[in-house]
Amino acid sequence: MSLLDQITGGAGGLSPRAVILRLCAIGAVTAASASGFAYAGGWLSPGRLTPERMIDGFQEVNGVHPGFRRNHAKGLCVEGRFESSGAAAGLTRVRMLAPGVVLPITGRVALAVGTPDAADAAGTVRSLALRVRLADGEEWRTGMNSLPVFLVRTPEAFYEQILAGKPDPATGKPDPARMKAFFAAHPESVRAAALINARTITSGFADSTYASLNAYRFVAADGTETPVRWAMVPERAPVAQGAADAGRADPNYLFDDLEAELRRAPLRWRLVVTLGRPGDPTADATLPWPSDRKTVDAGTLVLTGTAAEGPGNCRDVNFDPLVLPDGIAPSDDPLLSARSAAYSQSFTRRAGEPKSPSPVKDPPVQGAAL
Amino acid sequence: MSPLFPLPARLLHWLMAVLILAMLVIGVAMVGSLADYHTLVSAHRPLGILILCLALIRLAYRRRHPAPRLPADLPAWQRVTAHASHVALYALMIGLPLVGWAMLSAARYPIVLFGPLVLPPIMPASPVLYAALRGLHTVLAYGLAAIVLLHLAAALMHGLVRRDGVLASMTGWRQPAHPAPDAALRR
Repeated sequence: MSLLDQITGGAGGLSPRAVILRLCAIGAVTAASASGFAYAGGWLSPGRLTPERMIDGFQEVNGVHPGFRRNHAKGLCVEGRFESSGAAAGLTRVRMLAPGVVLPITGRVALAVGTPDAADAAGTVRSLALRVRLADGEEWRTGMNSLPVFLVRTPEAFYEQILAGKPDPATGKPDPARMKAFFAAHPESVRAAALINARTITSGFADSTYASLNAYRFVAADGTETPVRWAMVPERAPVAQGAADAGRADPNYLFDDLEAELRRAPLRWRLVVTLGRPGDPTADATLPWPSDRKTVDAGTLVLTGTAAEGPGNCRDVNFDPLVLPDGIAPSDDPLLSARSAAYSQSFTRRAGEPKSPSPVKDPPVQGAAL
Repeated sequence: MSPLFPLPARLLHWLMAVLILAMLVIGVAMVGSLADYHTLVSAHRPLGILILCLALIRLAYRRRHPAPRLPADLPAWQRVTAHASHVALYALMIGLPLVGWAMLSAARYPIVLFGPLVLPPIMPASPVLYAALRGLHTVLAYGLAAIVLLHLAAALMHGLVRRDGVLASMTGWRQPAHPAPDAALRR
């Protein structure tokens, strides 16, 4: 029994048989615990969609561009302030929306592309992300898009849609059959695409409306909750994209136009909060809310300047849509948690990668594309 | 029979055992999850800070109230392993939350505990630092999970095989003293 003795350091009064049985039981308990850990980590279900696979999907379609976001890769930093009107103060206890509050903001405008050097195109979805730093360390971050509704309802559908848009190596364009199969499987996306295709494409970043798309909850001081969606609506009347813009040679014309505009004068948007009613879909970003829903003009976003992405500015911020201050809470929309998880995965990857300058310069490189 | 750990030490141990097991499961589940990511992260941060606070209290308490001595007949390699694994456990109970806090600071995330309560950053903003600390957090977490399993197996060996009172000193259950080991069985 010297081996058993060496293992146990002396078994108190047990027969060798009992010692072996008990050692086996201990091994079984330890193995079961390790299995529970592996189960929680999803290692026993390798087929499921994880944040890693989601971001791998972007990389599969767009390639890897070290240091850049895996989506909305082409962007420009913006800065300005937010002036609260106080009109939403009864709906949410967040200090930012109290009457008379003015806070500096930083942000980023971008195109929903996976490559940082894609040429600007009118039809590409534009985004506006904001970071507002409140007192005592709280922050509000939001990523909004120039869309009336989102194309997909679930993270899984989003992943399928990314892969369906992968260019065919033979033609360099997405395989229409794959996209057709995606829409056949997702009637909600067919309805959303009809609304998206019917939208007015405006002349640039300056006159686009940027919508949260996902629903949130405003939580008032007394705990009352209101389902909301919000949008930044330009004060300037939007101008439809003209035919002349289609032939612009400058591959960064949308960004360069915004830089030029902001050098002349600040640009203003109203934060319009739409109040949902019981029964309005909060967990389905493909569905619009009825157009007669009450809206509240919560304040004004004033953009005053731009800066090329660089160390320490918007480049190094993850505009996670679930970085929320007390008074704004997530809805039951499954896309919100998935966005938070996927953004975090994209941020973690690019944070550790070598950085190269963004193709979007500020000021623009004159004549670079001519 | 070893004497028992004092009651406050036992309460701290079992409370932290539950918290750390929950934390390891939440941590490994959260990094692979889309739908539950936000809920899990929102629990992970305050739990980590709670574990950090309890670990510091426990370390301070242990310095005033040393652990009972291990049985004299314990082989030297087990004694060394026991000591090293406990040093590692304390280091990780304190180090993992600190690395987590530091990594979120470097990434410029607000470190929200609950409601409007946000911790200040403890590290300058730096994506490179964030990426390094994020990797370290994962490695240390798997290390902690492995040491917790070792700790569990060793505790059960003390309780079920050696029956030397070491497990009982933490459970607080007084075992009836087992009959003196039969020399014939031990050789």
